[in-house]
Amino acid sequence: MTGTEPLLRVTGLEAAYGRARVLFGVDVTVGPGELLCVMGRNGVGKTTLLNAVMGVLPPTGGTVVFDGEDVTGVPTHERVRRGMGYVPQGHETFPQLTVAENLQVTLEASRHRDKGAIDEALEIFPRLKEFLGRRAGFLSGGQQQQLAIARALVTRPRMLILDEPTEGIQPSIVQEIEAAIERLHKENGLAVLLVEQYLELALRLADGFVIIEGGAVQRAGTAEDLHDEEVKRLLAV
Amino acid sequence: MESLLNQVPIGLSIGAVLLLIALGLTFTFGQMGVINMAHGEFIMAGAYTAYMLQGWAGGQAVLVALPVAFLIAGALGWILERTAIRHFYGRPLDTLLLTWGVSLVLQQAARDLFGAPNVQVDAPSWLTGRIEVAGANLPYSRLFILGLAIACVVGISVYMNRSRQGRRMRAVMQNRELAAVSGVATGRVDQFTFFLGSGLAGVAGVALTLIGPVGPSLGTYYIVDAFLVVVAGGLGQLKGAVIAALALGMLNSFTEFWTDASLAKVIVFAAIIAFLQFRPQGMFVLRSRALT
Repeated sequence: MTGTEPLLRVTGLEAAYGRARVLFGVDVTVGPGELLCVMGRNGVGKTTLLNAVMGVLPPTGGTVVFDGEDVTGVPTHERVRRGMGYVPQGHETFPQLTVAENLQVTLEASRHRDKGAIDEALEIFPRLKEFLGRRAGFLSGGQQQQLAIARALVTRPRMLILDEPTEGIQPSIVQEIEAAIERLHKENGLAVLLVEQYLELALRLADGFVIIEGGAVQRAGTAEDLHDEEVKRLLAV
Repeated sequence: MESLLNQVPIGLSIGAVLLLIALGLTFTFGQMGVINMAHGEFIMAGAYTAYMLQGWAGGQAVLVALPVAFLIAGALGWILERTAIRHFYGRPLDTLLLTWGVSLVLQQAARDLFGAPNVQVDAPSWLTGRIEVAGANLPYSRLFILGLAIACVVGISVYMNRSRQGRRMRAVMQNRELAAVSGVATGRVDQFTFFLGSGLAGVAGVALTLIGPVGPSLGTYYIVDAFLVVVAGGLGQLKGAVIAALALGMLNSFTEFWTDASLAKVIVFAAIIAFLQFRPQGMFVLRSRALT
């Protein structure tokens, strides 16, 4: 599982919204092909962590190293081009663009610009094929989330960063999304940094986990440790 | 009755100019949330470009000036974005004050360069005639402005919907953060959007030389109306801008015909305020199913 060099190494990451500090020195490491689950209750800073890792929220301290290069000061769009695929919370799309345009605009901004990437992404979410000409804003939440992940896949990421991908999605599509993540991780060997609240999904997919509490990592470990009583206590609402 | 009909081409051509001005504003306002008070001075720059080119291009100055004014006004807008506005993103009030200051500086610069009195740009001879349709006088110059606006709207519309850069602009306009995490260099898109929007103001300035004299404060007469078009039409909406601009142009020219210039302004403002009471979001809005 672990190569000589981790794909993503986050060290001492600090972030704040104005004067309100949210992250107090978070360390996270994801190896090539590893699926790391970031867990924790609401409001502990999971989304902030991902935003800081992507540079959407510039961190106030610490470093983010991706694939051996320090990307802490690199603009968000450049991080995406280097292989960090990010799917933010809340099934975000370009609502007035068609499904096809959503994917196309991402492809055109990517480094490889290989049209095959769109077909590959649609292969993972075949349901989207029937909606290619429809505006993304008129899709259901679940379909929008599939589009959101497909959009990230079009960049041919080396690592997928997902923020609660099944939150608020109708159950039938939750299964499809979970299956897709599993397939991407197990078959394609894609590294995944997954923020997830539900223990069941984490138990099934994760190689390792970290639990965030109060803006810092409280517990880290392998999938087996997730059965621990202490872990369950930290996640209890 | 005949003179009433004559208000139609006047209203339409004013509406067409407003549309060109509002198109640029709706981009910068819609995409970046920037209220650019200096937009009016890009109009003025476009008009003076036509004036400057008279010496060289003579009677065809207006035609030659169209692309030149587009580039000059566009460059001015690009410089403004690069040097000042980009440091104030997310601070609308500061941007407003900043661009208002820039607007005053540019007006004074025009006074120093060209003098305070108005100057005249001669229309090409082939634009001086008029045709009569159903008792109404249709001056060629007004028809030319209308045609120019239609060409610009069609061009922009095709560009936005078909080209790579247009797609990128729409993506940034609709979801800036998502565009960034999709790999789009949003800063570069902003630069281009500003260039394009300002350039259109320059084109509008050239068109205005066919309607009246050119002075340092030319832009201030149109900027407020153009903002009204943007607000009434709905942010970032081409369709809304077209309808709102033509409606405002017609409303202006007819109320001015029945009353006088200052009372007409009052009536138009009152009408817009009333309209926004019923549709505060403007005629058209970006619709979507945000949550399902």
